[in-house]
Amino acid sequence: MGAWNYFVDMFARIRLDWIEFLQDHGLASSLIVFLDSLIGITFLLIFVFTTVIFMIWLERRFVGWLQLRFGPNRCGPFGLLQTVADAIKLMFKEFIMPAKVDKIVHWIAPVVLVFAAIMVFAVIPIGEARLGDRSMGALADLNVGILFIVAIGSLGVFSIFMGGWSSDNKFALLGSMRAIAQLVSYEVPMILAIMGVVLVAGSMQLSNIVDAQYYPFILVQPLGFLIYLLGAIAELNRAPLDQVEAESELTTGYFTEYSGMKFGAFFLGEYINALAVSAIVATLFLSGWKGPGLPFWFWFILKVFIVFIFTMWARFTLIRVRIDQIMAFAWKFLVPLALINIFVTAGEVLIWDKWMSGWEFFPWPFIFLNWAVAALLILAWSRLFFKLGGGRVDVPTVRAGYREGYGAYPPASVS
Amino acid sequence: MELEIQGPESGVHETQPFVINFGPSHPSTHGVFRLRAILDGEVIIDIEPVFGYLHRGIEKLAEGRTYFQIMPFTDRLDYVSSMSQNHVYAMAVEKLAGIEVPERAEYMRVILLELMRISNHLMGVGFWTNELGAFMTPLLYMYREREKLLDLFDMLCGQRLTHNYMRIGGLSQDFPPEFLPAVKKFVRQMPGFVDEYDQLLKDNEIVLARAVGIGIMPADMAINNSVSGPMLRASGVKWDLRKDDTYSVYDRFEFDIPTRASGDTYDRYRQRIEEILQSLRILSQAIEQFEKLPPGPFCTEVPLLLRPPRGEVYVHAEAPKGALGFYLVSDGSIAPYRCRIRSAGQLNLTVIRELCIGWKISDLMSIFGSVDICMGEIDR
Repeated sequence: MGAWNYFVDMFARIRLDWIEFLQDHGLASSLIVFLDSLIGITFLLIFVFTTVIFMIWLERRFVGWLQLRFGPNRCGPFGLLQTVADAIKLMFKEFIMPAKVDKIVHWIAPVVLVFAAIMVFAVIPIGEARLGDRSMGALADLNVGILFIVAIGSLGVFSIFMGGWSSDNKFALLGSMRAIAQLVSYEVPMILAIMGVVLVAGSMQLSNIVDAQYYPFILVQPLGFLIYLLGAIAELNRAPLDQVEAESELTTGYFTEYSGMKFGAFFLGEYINALAVSAIVATLFLSGWKGPGLPFWFWFILKVFIVFIFTMWARFTLIRVRIDQIMAFAWKFLVPLALINIFVTAGEVLIWDKWMSGWEFFPWPFIFLNWAVAALLILAWSRLFFKLGGGRVDVPTVRAGYREGYGAYPPASVS
Repeated sequence: MELEIQGPESGVHETQPFVINFGPSHPSTHGVFRLRAILDGEVIIDIEPVFGYLHRGIEKLAEGRTYFQIMPFTDRLDYVSSMSQNHVYAMAVEKLAGIEVPERAEYMRVILLELMRISNHLMGVGFWTNELGAFMTPLLYMYREREKLLDLFDMLCGQRLTHNYMRIGGLSQDFPPEFLPAVKKFVRQMPGFVDEYDQLLKDNEIVLARAVGIGIMPADMAINNSVSGPMLRASGVKWDLRKDDTYSVYDRFEFDIPTRASGDTYDRYRQRIEEILQSLRILSQAIEQFEKLPPGPFCTEVPLLLRPPRGEVYVHAEAPKGALGFYLVSDGSIAPYRCRIRSAGQLNLTVIRELCIGWKISDLMSIFGSVDICMGEIDR
């Protein structure tokens, strides 16, 4: 069993042994932290980039299957090297910088996106071994890990706005305007949904949240899971909530003026973000790296890809939602439900702590209650939502106002 | 402390309209078309459609060609439904020169026209969903059936897009023996596929939210702007040249003219799907009657250098996109003195400014897609 356990969280244990080895040889602790981070970052980058290359391939094959076509199947076995070929092509392409762009901001924007997306992985635990309070499976198992994720997650918006603003292109500007509105709005329900998990787990440290999940939290937090997933799709700018890119309207939105590897960096950053969000969902709601029988990395990657495939499925089946409908959905649907979810969860945690502490039983009553509450709330609130106009602004009056001033031909002149 | 509130007149909070050009090269302008839009944030204050980027001077070119040489030009008008254009041109010349078309050829033409209509509507609805923001999925589902239709046309004349299959007085060749069984198989299978599209789109909540009530065109507005085709019928006007000014052998079939009530983008989408079903109805009857016909010629003998008598003629018919008309003037020589084309797409597109003002950018694209245009026909 010992050998098996060692295998079960191989990386974490190797890292632990390595640190103990350095400590035994009397290295300064600051040097140990530095070396440890360096090795960790290297492995993290390798993991992230190889997974993203695989994800892009998977998405293209999956959508090919969904759309009755083949997808990439020429480069390497099953087209696996297609992404590599694309990356090489992008690197050798000329990067066209339009004349009037804000050069510095234009350069920094894609870097910020990739940087912010990769940072999230620092706190996600993959493995069991611990050194005192900290999990060795994560690069930096912060005690405010959730806060870190939320903070870093919203950095992506800056990148999008920087790209859109500096491009000096109207499509890009419109795209980044939409991005600000949409992403800032969806932060709210996402954070509120995470709060439910934090209440149940009683900690903001991600390794503690995983430890607390002897059953996946999706069972007690179905509503939180749904809200977070929808918020995540909006945060990733993936269809049906991809107003930021909106190919049929804004060509490609905020990165219209990007070409070459900088476009590649935006593309890469988007997929790293998708991987990060899938990893967060897997960690918070699907019990992270835990799972019976098989090694931890298998479970972790399986759960990440299940979430990712769900977002792909939604992306290629549904039609884009209009921007005002997206905003109304966030503020009139997701936020109230998330608030109710927090109250229900807090009440349950209170009951659990006050009267049921020490009881050794699986929380079936809470699971049933929460699923019933989720189903009822979604049904009732959607009725109400549609009665309130279903996310539509009162277009006819807006329309009438505009028609009064601008009825005549030739069209209104604009300076 | 008193807060100084700065009004619009101070110049600090003043907003400006925002001019943006959609096109001429844009993912959803179906070729080269420019929409100069004036926006207030996301809301459209005004748009100015700019035509003419695909102008090839087909009407002028026709004046220097013989009547037979003009036929391939008509393919390039609306290249999505090229045989419908062929047909109207052929009818115009036949009327001008007084040529009788064999009954067999008339049936063959009807079969082809209805197949063309299905193909065109599949493409129209498919691209409309793309403009709504679907990532190609409904479009590619519809392309699957369009591919079968293109294979059928390929069987006839070796061409998939610009067929040049019809001739003045009939058709260029007879149907090959494997064609009719293939059409029958298609007619049998198609309702199932239409169900499949409906499952994906018809009651989809997002489609309803994006399409119902958007870009409403009342019937009077449609009539005043000479709108025709599915767009007109979606506004509730029951006007279809196949019934109202019947031509070819359309009077021998039983079919309905579906109409919709409100004339929004959703109604235009449903209208096209319902017309596909009606076309299938016509097709099954046409094939049945065609097989009972005695063997005969598929084309009348017409001299290659046709010299129609002096005179002028206007012939119109129900092309998939609306009423398509050809106005030909003959001075008795081998080429028409004047050839004028009334394309449905151009007149349908003129209402877009009326429809779009006050809606959002996303709706602009959705309304634009629901018009179902082809720039080849509009700029000619």
